[in-house]
This record gives sequence, structure tokens and C-alpha cells, in this order.
Amino acid sequence: MNFSDILTMRHELMLTLMALVVLIIDLNLHNRDKHLIIPITLSLFFIHTVIGFLPSQPSNLFGGMYHTNALLVMMKNILNVGVLIILLQSVTWLKKEENREKISEYFILLFSTLIGMNFMISSGDFLMFYLGLELATIPIAALAAYTHHQSKSAEAGIKLILSSALSSGILLFGISLIYGSSGSIYFDAVVLHYANTPLQVLAFIFFFTGMAFKLSLVPFHLWTADVYEGAPINVTSYLSVISKGAAAFILIILMFTIFKTIAPIYTHMLYLIAVLTMTIGNLFAIRQKNMKRFLAFSSIAQAGFILLGILGGNAMGMTSVIYFVLVYIFSNLGAFGVVSAISTVTGKESMDDYDGLYATNPKLSLLMMLSLFSLAGIPPVAGFFGKFFLFASAASAGYYWLVFIAVLNATISLYYYLLVVKAMFINKNEKPLAYFKSDLATRTGLVLSGLGIFVLGFWSQIYEIINSLSFGIIH
Amino acid sequence: MNILNLFVIIPMLTVGGILLTKDLKQSRIVSAIGMGLQLILSFVLVYLYMSERSAGNTAPMLFMYDALWFPSLNIHYALGVDGISVAMIALTGIVVFAGIFASWKMEYLPREFFVSLILLASGVFGFFISIDLFTMFLFYEIAVIPMYLLIGIWGTGPKEYSAMKLTLMLMAGSAMLMVGILGIYFFSVPAGHPLTFNILEISKMHIPIDMQRFLFPFTFVGFGILGALFPFHTWSPDGHASAPTAVSMLHAGVLMKLGGYGIFRVAIFLMPEAAHEQAWIFLILTSISVVYGAFSAIVQTDLKYINAYSSVSHCGLVLFAVLMMNQTAMNGAIIQMISHGLMTALFFALIGMIYGRTHTRLINEMGGLMKVIPFLGVVYVIAGLASLGLPGFSGFVAEMTIFVGSFQHVDVFHRVITIVAASSIVITAVYILRVVGILLLGPIKNDHFLHLDDAKWYERISTITLVLAITAIGTAPFWLSNMINFSLAPIVERLNAIQITGLF
Repeated sequence: MNFSDILTMRHELMLTLMALVVLIIDLNLHNRDKHLIIPITLSLFFIHTVIGFLPSQPSNLFGGMYHTNALLVMMKNILNVGVLIILLQSVTWLKKEENREKISEYFILLFSTLIGMNFMISSGDFLMFYLGLELATIPIAALAAYTHHQSKSAEAGIKLILSSALSSGILLFGISLIYGSSGSIYFDAVVLHYANTPLQVLAFIFFFTGMAFKLSLVPFHLWTADVYEGAPINVTSYLSVISKGAAAFILIILMFTIFKTIAPIYTHMLYLIAVLTMTIGNLFAIRQKNMKRFLAFSSIAQAGFILLGILGGNAMGMTSVIYFVLVYIFSNLGAFGVVSAISTVTGKESMDDYDGLYATNPKLSLLMMLSLFSLAGIPPVAGFFGKFFLFASAASAGYYWLVFIAVLNATISLYYYLLVVKAMFINKNEKPLAYFKSDLATRTGLVLSGLGIFVLGFWSQIYEIINSLSFGIIH
Repeated sequence: MNILNLFVIIPMLTVGGILLTKDLKQSRIVSAIGMGLQLILSFVLVYLYMSERSAGNTAPMLFMYDALWFPSLNIHYALGVDGISVAMIALTGIVVFAGIFASWKMEYLPREFFVSLILLASGVFGFFISIDLFTMFLFYEIAVIPMYLLIGIWGTGPKEYSAMKLTLMLMAGSAMLMVGILGIYFFSVPAGHPLTFNILEISKMHIPIDMQRFLFPFTFVGFGILGALFPFHTWSPDGHASAPTAVSMLHAGVLMKLGGYGIFRVAIFLMPEAAHEQAWIFLILTSISVVYGAFSAIVQTDLKYINAYSSVSHCGLVLFAVLMMNQTAMNGAIIQMISHGLMTALFFALIGMIYGRTHTRLINEMGGLMKVIPFLGVVYVIAGLASLGLPGFSGFVAEMTIFVGSFQHVDVFHRVITIVAASSIVITAVYILRVVGILLLGPIKNDHFLHLDDAKWYERISTITLVLAITAIGTAPFWLSNMINFSLAPIVERLNAIQITGLF
């Protein structure tokens, strides 16, 4: 391993380094200075994000276990930007007295999961993939139980770890069948021996089920709402945005490479799951009053849309999924950022508490509205473009009825998003939440996501870059 | 710089300007200046268009502007206008201008109100100048979504219900549109050629007939929901009744025309075979709209509901005429869009002004208003007469052209359905005259009404602008119909070239 190889692995290596640095700093800080960790880590992560964007070479390390190329680097960068926004949004919450002792835990656990996701995305065989996946999942369970003095948070942690253990088991079984039937765990070798044999179809189904847990696709979504509600709000937004985004990235890569050969078989399954996920996610979201549960179900529905791009099955589908995830990260972080800001300052999380918010906190309400419109796919914000391209890719494969169902679902989702808009702008409230001013970090995070929501749509360059990279993967 | 770009830039600058203002006085002045400029610009566009045409420019679209937006999908930001879009832009300019003055006293959250209103207007302008299906769809949705806030925040009555119903129904419409547009995109171009969203390019191609059969209903109903097509019109009465004055004006006056224009420009123009085949289904639906809307208007007692149902009836007539697919009827359809846009905007403006004085919209509680507010009374009568198609006003020209054009079809089905639809003229007369009789004439029923003030200067600006436009079209329709006819001719030619006929 020479220096240039290290450069190609810089995302993972730097994250590991950062986790260690945070640990060492934490050991050497006096208890009352613990809050210093926050600015140090934030600046470190900012540098890390910037370095991530430096040009890199495609490479193949450890005998093919780890590989990277421009598209994968792009995916990692997208995740980095998302995490940066989440870190900014969690500053106020971390500064609270109750969290003083465990600030470094938050960062270390979060970085560990991010390392896992990066390895997962870069994996060249199923072993590395599985290691990455586990590294990405288990620390999140600890994060979900971060405020362990609250029983709900502890419950979220245990629910998450149990359901991921189950899904990992199913996934592993799928992988073992793949290994057994094709004789290799290397993606490049497996793809040569993958055909329509019943065993391999079965292997795929188990594998996909495991991934469906991570992506919380219906009917494997049942853990989502409880975990999202119980976990601290910033962990929830990490779970619903970064974790889900990484799972979507690796899933689409594998679907478009290894499992491409059995596409005619899995399209029916995906079709059904897409319809179920969108519809059930939406119908359950309508009834939610807790903002975290509300966003949880909305994110289940959003995951259903991702399947449309996978069904598209061409470079356009790949591009539209990555682009959609990028837009989704910004839109969802906008919404979560507002919920987090309000919840941290006032402790209120119910939709009824948002009544009349516009009168007291107009900027937060506007950002919330734009984020929700973006999630619903309303122009001129970016969500419209993300959805349109996803639908276009599904239509390019001829799934017009699916597109119709999906757009109808987008309309249903507009209904419950508008309920929040209605609460903030229309409903009258005798005692609306008092005006408060968020601190600099929170505001930066919110402004970043707001900017993303506006710029990503109109700036077609971004879509074109993703598109040119996707063509490298799909021939 | 291309003049069409200004139609999007000026509203955006106005929105920016309003955001800088502090109170009602400043924001309404900024809006009035911005939309005044826009109105002048619309007339300049009409003038430029006419002079280009008289100079012998026969291109289908003028003032074309094209910027590549998403190269890999061949999505362009493409603009261009023909006589029909120019006419629609002029209509929008007038109605928006009048709408600003009709909301001169918007006390509650004025900045937000004007921002939403002008965002809506910019969506409408953008829709009419787009010739790329993607941009068109984008502007269409931009025009629809501010309605939710406008009705929900500033509306009256069951406003939250109405706003939600309106938004969701229109969004369901755009769901159908999305399917239609994507289908057109993927199937219009023969294999091996780059796909395109450009309407002009697609119109030179041929979409396979099987796909047309599938896509046409989606596109037609998608736009039809906005055009209050029976049975998807139910959002319209509730929405209009709950909306604040300027929003009702803009919505009935302009936004509903997006439906008619879209059907004409996208559904029928791009899929002529399917249009011929399936026209009979939609002719039946639209004639139900026409007659049922008129009958419903008779039994309503709320002024806004009366006018909303009358809009259903009149907009139904637009779709009805477009489906007749001949030069005369389609010409009538466009004139009807403009005429109805102006007239219904005038009606809603007047209703808003009367409601602001009497605090009721129920006609049974009012009477003899002509004696106390003669200006508003006279203008109301003018609007009513225009609506029932009295010669000298725009309504007559439009309805006359439509029914003459429809009757040119010689077969029994078209003739019968024309006669059925024409009966709406009589029904219209019933509800208009009934309202005028109860509302304006007779004894004054409430002592409180004795001391009402007549129209203020800003209300006069709003109403006189609209009355002038209505009489201008009514007395000199030829410049308008010439402008439309020139652009209509190639479209009708394309339709007539089709040999397939429908069931009838």
C-alpha cells in the first residue's frame, strides 16, 4: 500500500483518524471544558468534507475488497455534506447540561457509522459490504439510546438493535446462498455466475429483504416509527437521511450490477413493494401528531419513490435516484432542522404546538414550508426536480401506471405536509411558541439546507455531473 | 434581451421589492407598480406581435427564446408566443392589475398576500409563454400552490376545507398531467432520435395511436380538472366562495384558463387522432358542465357561489368549443376564455366590494343596492349583461362564434349536443337577471345599507379597467379574432388532416 492508495481511501481514513482524535481530546479535557470538543470536531469535519471534494483516482485495493471511483466518491461527499448539516444542527442540543459528559460519544459513534457506510459503498465483495453495513448499524443503536435516562430513547435503541440483528441475519443468509450458488463473494465474480436459477432468485430475495429493513420499505418498516420517535431528534434525522441514503446508494449499485441479470424477475416484486411503501407510508403519516413520527412515516413513503428509479433500470434511473437522495437529504434536513431547533429550545414536538408559529417565528416557518414543499415535490424547490426525474426514469421503462400511482401518492403526501403548513400559517393560537433566536451553528445548518433546497433544482449542472458519473457504472 | 423573459423577471423583481417593504401602503404601491409595468408590457407585446405579423413574419411562434437547461434529458427553458398566447397574456395582465387594486385594503399580512398573489401570477405568465412541456408543467404547479395559502390564510367561510380540497384536486390533476407529459416525451420521437419536450418539435412528429389513446385521457382530464370539467369541478365553487376577492378574480379569470389553454395546446394539438376518437366522451361531459353549472347557479343564494357555478358553465363552454375542432369554434373558445376571464374577474371584484360594504353575500338579505351604490350597481349590470351574451359585450362575440362553429358539424350528435349546450344561454339569462332583480332593484331591506359609500378611486380603477376591456372586445372583436385566427389556422389544418373519426 503506497501513498496514492491512501489518498483514494481518504474518506475512511480521515474519519477513523477523527474519531480517534476526538477520543484523545476528550481524555485530556477537564470536565468543565468538554464543550470545546464541539467546535474542534466541527472544524475537523468541515475540513474533512472539503478534502473529500478534491479530485481522486479510481482504484482497487485489498485484492478487490475495496474499490472506489468518481461516482462512489460523489456519494460519500453527498453523505458528508448531510452529516455536516446534522452536526451543525445538533450543537445547541449537545451543549445542554445533561449531555456534557458524553459529547465525544456522540461524535465518535456518529463517525463510526459514517465509516461503515463509506466502506459499504466502496465495497468490492460481500464480506466488506457486510462489515460496512454492521459498522454502520450497531453504533446507531447506541446513538438512538443516547439519552438513556429517557425510557423511550432506550427503547428505541433496543428496538433498532434487535430489528437490525434480525435483518442482518436474513441478509447474511442471502449472501451465503449467493456464495454457495456462485462460488465467490467478489462482486465481479458473482456477476458472471448470476442467472435465473431458483436458488439465486431466493438468494436475491433474502438479500433484498435485509436491505428493505435498512431502507424501511413496507412490510419491513415496523421498527421505523418507534425508533424515530424515541431517538434524540438529531439521531433521528441522521437515521432517516444519511443512513437511508447510504443504504439506497449501495442498493442501487448492487441492483444495477450484480442483480441486473434477474431484473425481469424482481421487477414485479419491486413494483408491488414500491406501491405498498408509498401508499402505506402516506396513509399512516396522515394520522401522526408527533412531528418525529410524522417525518418518520413521510420518510417511509419517500423510500418508496426511490424504488421507481431502480425499476427504471437504466443510467437515467441511477442518476435520478442519486439526485433524489441528494435533494431528499437537503429537504428532510430542512424539516428536521426546524423540528430540532424548536424541540431543543422549547421541548415541544407535537404538531399542535406549531399552531400560529408564523406569527412568532416567521423564518423557521418559511424554511419548514419550503422543506415540506420540496418533500412533496412542489416547484420551484428542488424536490420537484428530484421527483420529476424519478418518475421520468420509471416512465422510460414503461411503468406509466406506477408513475400515476406515485404521483397520486405525492398528492396524498401533499395533504399531510399541508397540515403542518396550515398549523403554522393558518391556525390561530392564543399562546404560540415564543420567539427565540437560534445560535449561529443551528442557523448555519438551516441556511445550508435552505440554500440546497433552492439551488439544487435550478442548477442543472449538479444533475449533469451525477449523470455523467452514472454512465461509468451502467454500460 | 428577449421580451418574454421580462414576463417572468418583472414578477420576481416585484416579489423581491415587496419583501423589502414594511407595511400595507408600501407593499401595495410596489405591487401596483410592478403589475402596472407588466400590464404595459403585455400591451407592448400585443403591439410588437401585430407589427411582426403585418411585416409578414409567418413563423408559428414569435419571440422565441431557448436555453438548454438539463442537457442529458434535453430539457429546455424554451419560450415563444403565438396569437393565442399573446391574447392570454394580455388577459392575465389586465386581471392581475385589476386584482391588485381590488385588494387595496388588505390589512392582514399584506406583504405575504401580495407576494403569494404575484407568485401565482408569475406562474400563469410563465405557463402561457412556455413552449417546452417541462417548463410549462413547472409553471403550472407554481401557479397552483400559492392558492392554498391565499385561500387558507385570507379566505372566508370554510376556508381551510376549501383550500385543501382545491389544492388536492388540482394536484391530482397534475398527477395525471405528469403521466401524459412523460408519455408524450418518450413516445413522440422515433427510436434513435433525441427525446424532446418542445411542443413545436413534437407537433411535427407522430405519437403512435395506441399511446395516444392511453395518454389523451390523462392529459385531457389533467388539464380539464383545472378547467372545471364535470365531474371534477367540485373544487371550483368551494374554492371561489372561500377565496379573498383578488384571488377569486385571478383564479376564475385566469387560472381556470390554464386548463382550456393546456387542452388546446397540449392534449389536442399533440394528439389529434386520439382527440378525434375520444372527443365524443368529453363533449358529453363538457355539455353537462355547461348546462349543470348554469342550473346550479340558479338555485344558489350566495353571490360567490352563483358566480362560481356560472364559471363552471362558461369554462365548460370553452372546453366544449375546443373539442369541436374547427376553426370557428376554436376561435370562439379562445375569445370565450378571454371574455369570461375579464367578465368573471369583474363579477368577483364587484362581489368583493359589495361584501366589504354589506358584510353579507346572501342575495336574500340585500335589495335596492342600485339606489345607494349606483356605480357598483351599474357595473354589476354591465357584467351581468356581458355574461348573458348581450351584443356589444365580449360574451356575445364568444358565444355566437362558438355555437356557429359547433353547428357547422353536420351530424346529428354534434347538432344535438350543440343545441343542448346552447340552452345554457337562456338559463344564464335567468340567473343573471334574477340576481340583478333581487340584489340591485326593489326595496332596501336593511337600514344599515342606507349609508353605504359608493366605489372608492382604487375600486373604480379596478372595475373600469375590466369594463373597458369587455366593451373593447364586444365592439371591435376583429383585431382579436384575426390575431387568433392566424395562429389557429395551422393547428386546425393539422387536426383536419386526420382521417379517423370517432364514434360519431
